[in-house]
Amino acid sequence: MGQWIETVDVKEIDAEDVIRFDYENHTYAIYSNDKGEYFATDGYCPHQKVHLADGLVMGNIIECPKHNGRLDFTTGEAKRAPICHTIKTYPVKLEAGKLFIEITA
Amino acid sequence: MATNMERRDYSLLGPLNKEAIEKGIAEAEWYTSPIDRKRMKELMKRKNGRAIRDTIIWFATLVILAYIAFLSWGTWWAIPAFAIYGGVYALTGNSRWHEAGHGTMFKTPWMNEVVYQIASFMNLFPATPWRWSHVRHHSDTYIVGRDPEIHAPRPPVWRVLLGELIHFYGGIADLKRIFLHAFGKMDKAEMDYIPASECKKVYWEARVWIVIFLAIIAACLYTGSILPAMFIGLPTFFGFYAVMLIAWTQHLGLNEDVLDHRLNTRTVYMNPIIRFLYCNMNYHIEHHMFPMVPYHALPALHEEMKHDCPKPNSSIFAALKEVFSALHKQRKDPTYTILRPLPITARPYMYGPSPYGTVIQQGGDKKTTEGIGIYGTMDRDS
Ligand code: FES
Repeated sequence: MGQWIETVDVKEIDAEDVIRFDYENHTYAIYSNDKGEYFATDGYCPHQKVHLADGLVMGNIIECPKHNGRLDFTTGEAKRAPICHTIKTYPVKLEAGKLFIEITA
Repeated sequence: MATNMERRDYSLLGPLNKEAIEKGIAEAEWYTSPIDRKRMKELMKRKNGRAIRDTIIWFATLVILAYIAFLSWGTWWAIPAFAIYGGVYALTGNSRWHEAGHGTMFKTPWMNEVVYQIASFMNLFPATPWRWSHVRHHSDTYIVGRDPEIHAPRPPVWRVLLGELIHFYGGIADLKRIFLHAFGKMDKAEMDYIPASECKKVYWEARVWIVIFLAIIAACLYTGSILPAMFIGLPTFFGFYAVMLIAWTQHLGLNEDVLDHRLNTRTVYMNPIIRFLYCNMNYHIEHHMFPMVPYHALPALHEEMKHDCPKPNSSIFAALKEVFSALHKQRKDPTYTILRPLPITARPYMYGPSPYGTVIQQGGDKKTTEGIGIYGTMDRDS
């Protein structure tokens, strides 16, 4: 059973957007897709140590800012080289205007 | 302490690769200019319409130039006609290979992939290996021992540099690799940056290319003329002068082993026709710092960050003059590096832990770093 962590205010994130969230030596990326749904993954790109939050969201895809690798942030699946590995995803819920992610300790 | 004439080993299989990893300058974090996040999101937007229009103009230009060259065949006019056709073929092939390879040309991924495959062939750049080579070039731009796309070592080897005007060395090396790949083998240096999972794809791409080569040769034999190869295949060589004359302006003469693209990359102002052919890659600092920004938004990105960058060179000619003067000096002193002051509005250069070349020290004086280990961020020369 995971632990729900409060992350960012929902107002801070637009549609088709991504935001960085750091918690206890770990970095996460919180996304909103084109339908206004929220998702979360680990914050660093699986290719190299680069923050995905500096990338570009297109639908359900995040494109990494360093080498333009792509991931589906709803499933964590790699969609374009040089990203070859999946990324860990986290459940997200919206409560009282705040986004929460469920992490496992 | 190393002497000024000591040659660095640029091979990916040499000791500087490991050294760069140990020094923390491989796959390191690079400096980025401050740009408002919302503005950056606008700049990163992909557009199919603009890229489709530009691709139609590109192919139409090639067809028209090819037709003029065809009409001139057998006369002296064939020399300028093919020089222009070849130059445009190679330069646009190179720039489209680059832009589509980043996936920033079109919004739709398959369109990028189609153009990437065609343009790779126009450059005779094996598609998958060069995709990975370019990934490394972006991770470790001009980090010696790591970057496979360094145009010239220090001191420069003129024979190789000038031979590249007809793609003599690079072209032959790529052709050798294509044959190697077709036989299911990889070159050792390539294995440093291509994951093993990509090998099968590399081999099959090479086999398809060999079939295309055979088709071109068959067309030449059938027509009893070299003309078919003058339109597809050979222009990569006789037109490569156009690629190199511009590509030399990108990084040469600037620092090595730094973690700030403002120190190792050059932005050069060029006219709109060249910028169209070159996909705005003259905004090269901007591209390296923010590779997510598509070619059509690079002029706007330049406006956003020019306050934080050295002054661009005013023309290709001015940049080449600067480059060749530096290369000439590097023959005697390989550490010689061009120093470019930053505007007063800029943040200081971030040299990283092991810059090679000349740096601007606190207080604005200059120092050559090779072998003496200058650490930390230097102040700007204002
Ligand atoms: S760091 Fe993300 S694609 Fe390379």
